[in-house]
Formats: sequence, structure tokens, C-alpha cells
Amino acid sequence: MKIHEYQGKEILKKFGVTVPRGIPCFSVDEAVKAAETLGGKVWVVKAQIHAGGRGKGGGVKVAKSLDEVKSYAGQILGMQLVTHQTGPAGQKVRRLLVEEGADIKKEYYVAALTDRASQKVAMMASSEGGMDIEEVAHKTPEKIIKVFVDPAAGLTDAQAKELADGIGVPAASQAQAIDTFKKLYTCYMETDASLAEINPMILEGNGNIKALDAKFNFDSNALYRHPEIVAYRDLDEEDADEIEASKYDLAYISLDGNIGCLVNGAGLAMATMDTIKLFGAEPANFLDVGGGATTEKVTEAFKIMLKNPKVKGILVNIFGGIMKCDTIATGVVTAARETHSVPLVVRMKGTNEDLGKKILAESGLPIISADSMAEAATKIVAAVK
Amino acid sequence: MSIFINKDTRIITQGITGKTGQFHTEKCIEYANGKNCFVAGVNPKKAGEKIFDVPIFASVKEAKAQTGATVSVIYVPPAGAADAIWEACEADLDLAICITEGIPVRDMLVVRDKMKAKEAAGGKKTLLLGPNCPGLITPDEVKIGIMPGHIHRKGRIGVVSRSGTLTYEAVAQLTEIGLGQSSAVGIGGDPINGLKHIDVMKAFNDDPDTDAVIMIGEIGGPDPDEAEAAQWCKANMKKPIVGFIAGVTAPAGKRMGHAGALISGGADTADAKLAIMEECGFTVTRNPSEMAKLLKGLLK
Repeated sequence: MKIHEYQGKEILKKFGVTVPRGIPCFSVDEAVKAAETLGGKVWVVKAQIHAGGRGKGGGVKVAKSLDEVKSYAGQILGMQLVTHQTGPAGQKVRRLLVEEGADIKKEYYVAALTDRASQKVAMMASSEGGMDIEEVAHKTPEKIIKVFVDPAAGLTDAQAKELADGIGVPAASQAQAIDTFKKLYTCYMETDASLAEINPMILEGNGNIKALDAKFNFDSNALYRHPEIVAYRDLDEEDADEIEASKYDLAYISLDGNIGCLVNGAGLAMATMDTIKLFGAEPANFLDVGGGATTEKVTEAFKIMLKNPKVKGILVNIFGGIMKCDTIATGVVTAARETHSVPLVVRMKGTNEDLGKKILAESGLPIISADSMAEAATKIVAAVK
Repeated sequence: MSIFINKDTRIITQGITGKTGQFHTEKCIEYANGKNCFVAGVNPKKAGEKIFDVPIFASVKEAKAQTGATVSVIYVPPAGAADAIWEACEADLDLAICITEGIPVRDMLVVRDKMKAKEAAGGKKTLLLGPNCPGLITPDEVKIGIMPGHIHRKGRIGVVSRSGTLTYEAVAQLTEIGLGQSSAVGIGGDPINGLKHIDVMKAFNDDPDTDAVIMIGEIGGPDPDEAEAAQWCKANMKKPIVGFIAGVTAPAGKRMGHAGALISGGADTADAKLAIMEECGFTVTRNPSEMAKLLKGLLK
């Protein structure tokens, strides 16, 4: 689960990381009032959307008067902000963060994330802050310093110093940088984050270290123990169909093709999509109904797939393990009766396979059955042409 | 033979009284020698009771002491699953198989770290399969996990996959064309897990009753899992391998987080993984429906 920058900064602040003073705003008036409350002569007006690259897309402006704050807030609020992460349609800006200006002497990058290979938390830092870190990794990989943290020991002083030295933090500010790295690590672990990134982390003219941006992603498996983070969820930032799907515990991602797929298991779902492509068509979605599907879940899965006007046919591919084929078959029959019809090919194998096939055959619906994935793909591709 | 388990394996079920645990324990007991293999269940609140004629003990340690079991299978819900893995490890079992899906990543990081520290201190090494995996089966001997037993058939082909349902797919194809399986293993799709492809490939290589292997991977990472296994096989594997990677059509960036792809250097697309496997002597396919057919062609 992703959150906004201002929410990320609230979390960082709670863990003792220094962040600029700032106020989230939902209207131009609120933005002007926020600037007045903050005082000073320079403010930064920042669009709050979940995608990165906001500055390049025109979503971050430095204002030198209250009039400028008003004018920039008016420009940014409500705009369709297009960045390299939003896709060409962009994302509508509904929230702003107004912050005090910062005296930036140097920009760094620091992030915590889980490394699958070493089964440890990796802390990464770079002297090249404020830039797209993937580009840095590609062009100058030597400028990224990594340490791997043993969860029993936490980030040690020596490791934190290795990062600070590696990115060239001046001696006078080292203690602050080390402190920030250690707090970021603690924050990452205690909030069950899957990514905690500060880009840029800045060195100010007076030698202070500050988090000028904050990007978080959280492990969805652990949200049950973090109601305070769930409260940060902003549904406006998420795909409406994916939200609807998540209510029923379905993993759904919409794609560009015209064949809807309903599959159990992420691996089999991907293999089904691959097979559709191999036989000359494109999948309209990825949809994993998971291990514990009920009739209701399958019906909802059909409704979500059929909301997509591009869908010209549906391929159901179920291999029953936890999931029983008769449950799926009952769901498919109910859904096919309730929703408008497109050609439907069903392939099912595994637990209670015969029972499932019987339910489909006795339904009286024009369901095409198939034995193998290739046969199912061939039949659905032929049916939509 | 087979790898990791056979008809003489004695098994403890952790979470035997839950809905999922009950459903699958019953199916496992019904399969082949299951009645003799599943000797104990664990639930501190129901110690002394029986379910499907299997005695329930208060702890894994006690269940092991009373029955001599060396393997456990875990169906405990996500919030308690990592503790259940650690309990199996503290009881010095040979192998713990964790079926549970949805365990917080941090819990897995902590338990894997404790397991490694125990080994480093000279303690017994408990192998972990999973979590979020279907388990493993040696056909006609014993089934530990949630795979449908009836699609399997005893034979000489090994199967290993990250994905549960794709493992079943490969097994069903093999059975359909008359090739049985020595063992079929699902290693699970979670970011932090126990046995990797390479560990299972080593076991298949050493197993005199395995002639060839189907290895199935997935896109995503950063995890050098498939590449590491492929490199090892290139140097050591004496048996033919068919390889498939799911996710050629998966959209970039949807499953992989932003900074996540950095550590491995980004060799986590299906095409990149297929290329490495091919370079290491695997026979790779882009059509998951022909995995078994291809393998048949490799047998002498």
C-alpha cells in the first residue's frame, strides 16, 4: 500500500527524522492560510499524488510571495499531473503540501528495502540525490552504497558510518546523517514497510540533515497490525476496478487486450496470459482468484472483468488444490447467468474436477470446455475473432 | 527413492484443528501411506484429543518425543505462522513445510535470521519449504500439502516450481503422457522463503530415481533464484531439464516495486531468465502446455 508524501513525513517525524515544517491542503484558500501560518518568505507548493517524478511534470513550485502561493496552488490543484509513473492520462491532483523553503547545499538519496537474496534489509544511499535512482543505478552504479542489516542487530553504527562516508557527508554533519539512517531503519521495520525512501535527503547551509521527500510502500500482509497506516489509504489514487477487486480479496490488474482471464494462482494466471499471447491474442487482465474462492467471489470477478468494454471473451483456467472445482463451477454458472454474455471457455482440473464439469454441463449455458491450456487458448481466440 | 520425503516419513501437522488444516489433513491421510505417515497434530488448547484418529499434542517438541516424527506441515494462520516455523526449528525437526499464505515479510525476515543464527552456532539445521507453497509429494507414498493427489503418478521425473497451480499443471501433463514423478515440490512465491530452486535441483541430481526435471520459475525479484539454479546446473547437473518462466506478458512495474529492482541489477524479466536458463543448457519453452512433451523428447 502506498501513501502520500505528507503522510510519509508524518511517519518519519514520529520516528525522529527531521522534516521541513509543512501543512497538507485541499483548497487554494487552505494553501494561502498554510503559508501564512508557516511564515517566512519562501514556500514550496507540492502536488500530492502517489506517483514519483512530480517535479518534472510541473507539480512542484517554489513560491516567493503569498500571491505566488495562491497562483501555484490554483494551477496545481485539479491538474492532470503526468509523470513517467502515471501513464499518459496522468493523475488528478486533489491534495497539496505547502512547506517552508529549504536552503539546499547538497542532495543525497537513502532508502530501506527488503533484499530477497540475502534475506536481510538493505539500506542504500547515494551522493546523487534528487534524481531518478534507477538512472543512477544504470549509469553510475558505483555511486550507490549498500549495507545489509541483520534484523537481530539492527543497523549498526559502523554500517551507518559506512553509508555516510560512502556518500561523502561532511564531518560536521556525519552524526546527524548516521542518526537519520538509524531512525529510517527503525521506522522501516516497525511500520512493516516494503520500501522507505528519502529522495532527496538534504544537507542545509547550516549543516543540518533533513528529509525533503518521503516515499513509502507497506507490506499488505502486515496491514492488519497497523490501523494507523490503513487510515492513510487514499482510494482516489488507486484504480477503481482494482479497489473493487481487493474488496473481494481478488488480485486484479487491467491490461490492454480483449480476452478476460480468471485463474487461480499467480503463476498459472501469468502462464495463461502467456498462452493467450502465444496463440495470437492479448489478455485483457490479470486476475488471480486466490486459494479460498467462494461463489460470491467468482461472480464478482466476472462482473469486474466484464466492466471492461474491450472484453470480447473470457477464459477460465482453474487447477484445484485448496480451491475445489465445483465451487468455481457454481460461481461460473451463477455469474454467467447474472452478467451479459460473451464467449466463455472453461478449463478445470484437480480437486472435485468431475463434480465441477457436471455442474457446467448441466447448466444449459453455452460454455465451451477445454482440456489443456493450449486448447482453451485456441478456442477462446477463435471465438472472439 | 525420492527427495526429502517417502512412505516412511513421520509427520506432525501444526494447525491441524483449523478449517484448512482439517480439510487437507484428511486428504493427506487418505492418500497412499498417509494413514501411517501423519502421526501427530499440535494445538496447545486441545492436547489429549484426537482428530481423524491422529493424537493432538501441546507442542511440536512433545509431538516429536511421543511419535518420533521428523517433519512438520504448517497450516497456522498468518499472524502465528512464523512462530510455528520457529517452534518446528527449535524442536530440531529435519524439515518444516509451511503452507500458510500471507505471512508478514518482517516476520519471515526475523525467523529466517534466527534459523541461520541457530545453524551458525552449531545447532541442527531444519530445512524450510515455503511459506505460501503447496507442499511436496512423492507419488504413491506420501503427500504433504494441498496438491490434488489424483493427478500424480509414480515415476522418475522431478518437478519444482514457485507456483502451486503451475506445479499441478506440469504434473498433470506428465501423467497424461505416461510419465510419472519421483517427487513434485512447490517452493512458494513469497519474497523470503526457505528452500530455493537450487536446493531442490541439487536433491534431484543426487536422487538415483530421478531421470529428468521440469523447473518452473516466475518473473519478479530481485531474486537471483532461477539464475543461481541455472548456473549450478550448468556446472553440475547430470540430468536433462525443461525450463519455463511464467510472465512474458506481465506488465513491467506492476508487480515489482520501484527501488526493488536495483539490488540484483534487474535481471528479473521472463525473457532474461529464459535466456540464462537456455544458456545453461536447459530446454526452455514459451508454451506452458508443452512442458511434458518437450521433456519426453529429452529422455533416452
